[in-house]
Amino acid sequence: MYEKNGEKYFVVDSHLHFWDASPANWVPGQEQYAKGWIECFHAYMGLGPADTHWSLEKFYKETEEGFVKDVFEEGHVDFGIFQSTYLKSWYTDGFNTAERNATMVEKYPDKLRVNGRFDPREGEAGLKQLEEDAKRYNLKGVKVYTAEWYNGSRGWKLTDPEAQMFLDKCKELGIKNIHAHKGPTIWPLDKDAFDVKDIDVAATMNPELNFIVEHVGLPRIEDFCFMATQEPNVYAGLAVVIGGLMHARPRFFNKVMGELLFWVGEDKMLFSSDYAIWEPRWQVEGFIDWQLPDTEEYADYPHPTTDTKKKIMGLNAAKLYDIEVPAELQLQNGGTPAAKEDAQLVESA
Amino acid sequence: MTVAPTLTASVLGALAEVYDPELDEPITTLGFVSACEVSPDGDVEVALRLPTPQCAPNFAFLMAADARRVLHEVPEVRRITVTLEDHYTGEEINAAIGRGDGFAGAFPGETAQDDDLVALRELFLRKALVGRQSRICEALLRRGLDADEVAARRVRDLPDTRDAERCLALRRLLGLPHAPDSPAFLLPDGEPLPAGELKRWLRTARLVRMSLEVNGGICRSLLQRRHGVAIDDPEEVLT
Repeated sequence: MYEKNGEKYFVVDSHLHFWDASPANWVPGQEQYAKGWIECFHAYMGLGPADTHWSLEKFYKETEEGFVKDVFEEGHVDFGIFQSTYLKSWYTDGFNTAERNATMVEKYPDKLRVNGRFDPREGEAGLKQLEEDAKRYNLKGVKVYTAEWYNGSRGWKLTDPEAQMFLDKCKELGIKNIHAHKGPTIWPLDKDAFDVKDIDVAATMNPELNFIVEHVGLPRIEDFCFMATQEPNVYAGLAVVIGGLMHARPRFFNKVMGELLFWVGEDKMLFSSDYAIWEPRWQVEGFIDWQLPDTEEYADYPHPTTDTKKKIMGLNAAKLYDIEVPAELQLQNGGTPAAKEDAQLVESA
Repeated sequence: MTVAPTLTASVLGALAEVYDPELDEPITTLGFVSACEVSPDGDVEVALRLPTPQCAPNFAFLMAADARRVLHEVPEVRRITVTLEDHYTGEEINAAIGRGDGFAGAFPGETAQDDDLVALRELFLRKALVGRQSRICEALLRRGLDADEVAARRVRDLPDTRDAERCLALRRLLGLPHAPDSPAFLLPDGEPLPAGELKRWLRTARLVRMSLEVNGGICRSLLQRRHGVAIDDPEEVLT
């Protein structure tokens, strides 16, 4: 919970990691890639305020003690959701697997949950694994990497018939949140791995599921906005937007948020710190303090209110994940977070 | 014997014509050229360095191949070596560029035909045109022109700015009309931008432009963090 100027905010961080990228976990022969990956993440950390930067050595591997301090004690986070990333070709035990993240969930079950994964190219075995994971981790969400290279296939689409089988399985298992990662990927090489078009179709075909696009489809934020504005069940994960722009590029942050508030709407945006890339504390505090300037340049954009920030900081995600919110932290003036029809229509421009 | 300064200038001038396909900015102003050596005999060695080792290999390849191509067109240049540094597919890309191969040649059996890359490049040329046109349109509206007046503008009326110059270059690359009496502003399909559509078009065009600018901003920030280089950093591209 974060309190500022008499207003109380329930904070849900919908994109956390508990990674091990230390040299001991580098796959022999793949050291340069394992090292390059974590150094790249470390460079992203550099886009936050200087007093939040870590040494590379500390950044290699998260610790329970550090996580609890940065996320719960100082980061104001009431509830956090792990998004798992495997990268087993570079990291022997994986970078940030569900198993590893689940060790933290076991210790802090009231404050954390972990999302699973699926890959439709794994067929029957994949469906069975998803069933087992759903049971084991009580899954309510999965994260999918559509661009991943697998057995000679150069990625997949949410519109593939096999993918629909997995989406149907998700419905059956009570998994209702599909987080799609369209960002930088290891493979494939040729086509545009960032393309978000398949989410458009899948969202229309599966209205009972929510599709959360991580880091708002960056670097294809325009395609994401054009799509999200038409789909009531498509949401924006704000990882990288707050962490990568709010401090380093405040004017761009204003513009991105202005466009998102216009096209996607305040009910469709979820705070995501991407910890440990960035600590949540400065992001939460900075976002609550942030105002879209009252100048001509931004006159066209919806301006955020206190309720806007309460929704984005936690109430929207709490709704998607059925997280209980204390009465005093709910919207005090009525209103429904994560309402499906709140995005403005293009025609209103 | 020293290198004629004019040759080095010609080489750098040629590299300034290589654009990052996703950002529509020259690789020189983005800080992607990390080294450029010109020998007295006209041998040129250029090193490119992108913001992260995981930057998309397809776009990385296009920039390296384009750099080689423009250097070929500089008359005094003899041997050309273009090296992509600090990239996880650098080895494959450098070997293919050295052989004069296409992208499919860099990753045999792992990618579709090079036509896919051509289509991808064209998609981004169109986005770039939308973005740059929108900046010019907004400047005209700020000067007090109305939608009809903006839509009536011809190519010959365009201001003498980098945006306008680049718009025409993009139109040539896309095979769109670019004669002095053709419309100053086009829809993506090449039809003139109708006055009645201007406001709506600008709403979407501004978003496209913002996306290109923000991605450029993130690239610059990362390059600064990783290599400590001071880069020409306009925060927003000049209007």
